[in-house]
Amino acid sequence: MSTIPQELKYASSHEWVRSEGNGVYTVGITEHAQDLLGDMVFVELPDVGDTVAQGDDVAVAESVKAASDIYAPISGEIVAVNDALNDSPETVNSAPFGDGWMFQIKASDEAELAGLLDAAGYAASIAE
Amino acid sequence: MAQQTVLIGKHLEAGAKVVDFHGWDMPLHYGSQIEEHHAVRTDAGMFDVSHMTIVDLTGARTREFLRYLVANDVAKLTTPGKALYTGMLNEAGGVIDDLIVYFMTENFFRLVVNSATREKDLAWINAQAKAFDVNVTERPEFAMIAVQGPNAKAKVATLLSDEQKAAVAGMKPFFGVQAGNLFIATTGYTGEDGYEISLPNADAANFWQQLLDAGVKPAGLGARDTLRLEAGMNLYGQDMDETVSPLAANMGWTIAWEPSDRNFIGRTALEAQRAAGTFKLVGLVMEQKGVLRHGQKVLVAGGEGEITSGTFSPTLGYSIAMARVPATVGDTAEVDIRGKLVPVQVVKPSFVRMGKKVI
Repeated sequence: MSTIPQELKYASSHEWVRSEGNGVYTVGITEHAQDLLGDMVFVELPDVGDTVAQGDDVAVAESVKAASDIYAPISGEIVAVNDALNDSPETVNSAPFGDGWMFQIKASDEAELAGLLDAAGYAASIAE
Repeated sequence: MAQQTVLIGKHLEAGAKVVDFHGWDMPLHYGSQIEEHHAVRTDAGMFDVSHMTIVDLTGARTREFLRYLVANDVAKLTTPGKALYTGMLNEAGGVIDDLIVYFMTENFFRLVVNSATREKDLAWINAQAKAFDVNVTERPEFAMIAVQGPNAKAKVATLLSDEQKAAVAGMKPFFGVQAGNLFIATTGYTGEDGYEISLPNADAANFWQQLLDAGVKPAGLGARDTLRLEAGMNLYGQDMDETVSPLAANMGWTIAWEPSDRNFIGRTALEAQRAAGTFKLVGLVMEQKGVLRHGQKVLVAGGEGEITSGTFSPTLGYSIAMARVPATVGDTAEVDIRGKLVPVQVVKPSFVRMGKKVI
């Protein structure tokens, strides 16, 4: 059974969202998602300054097995990306909720957060 | 209901992620397929390949039968134990399967064929064997473990009796020998030194555990695929099948054209294909970010082809692929990756052997 931290919000497409305050949210993929993808070999990140809408494909996680789009769970502006993943994509496997984070979004509409899943909702969605 | 090898308990014990592989529950990896890959390239790893099918052929006319059944020529097998890699073709020259033939004794040859093609292979071999009075016997009572890597033979040696050590001493590549309860072959699917060992099902779990204790790392299908692709070895069903000529699958070297009067199944069709020309299987290298994948379109000088197998190469740190393309191909090509044309280098389809880059 994979870990699903209680304090995070989730998209059904397996991204997690953590509030950093001031309307800034960190985004990564869940432990369950990295487990499905297997060993990560490349992560293609968005550019800082990009404006994204909820549901846009903004990054690509490429594992030995498959390439998978990563979607923006909320709308806003990309304010930071995790450049360390360029050299160590495997961090997404080893620490999906920590050092394996992918990018940060400054939300343009925090009301979108309410539409995301909580930990129990995400757990139910992957149990199906 | 999927079939299981006798080693399924060992896989689950080791935390394997088990997937369905052509009707078999097989380990995909035991945590990280990349670490398993490196273990084989730098030390020693082992694969459960018990799903593969061993077929023994017996009868006075077995050699004659095999000279008709397969495209390579078993007349080349003059020393007992010697093995031969070959395609088994249909009349149209398509590849029914690729397999290894071992010359045991003059009236006993052993085949090792793919598991995914087991049923059609057995049906085909049985149908063809009738005219030669050859007995075809499947040997499901054997498990098979491939131990591969620069330290594989040394680690296996720690488990062998003096008699078994003597039996494998000085074995050249592509030989098999029965040593006590083990049939030990110097073959593999990784481009590394090592053995493929067949043994009675009842002995397999214990032998696997002894290998573990000797420091051999279990490796799954994921690592097996990246290793074989780096080594430039074909995967049946992906790099070739019944619709593909061996000439278009980098298997030209396995076709014994001489003697020209040897009649083998598919010969007439192959000769016509050779005269007309075919696509060819090449290697692709992409050093920039991204991973080449099966099915992607490849644009080359004079036409377009397709990637048959693509992956990230853990040894090289970038992506490699095998692609079937028009024979007019030059030194470079472009691959359509998710709608973007990316330049790649065209090379011989062999990338890593014995731990070393060969491109």
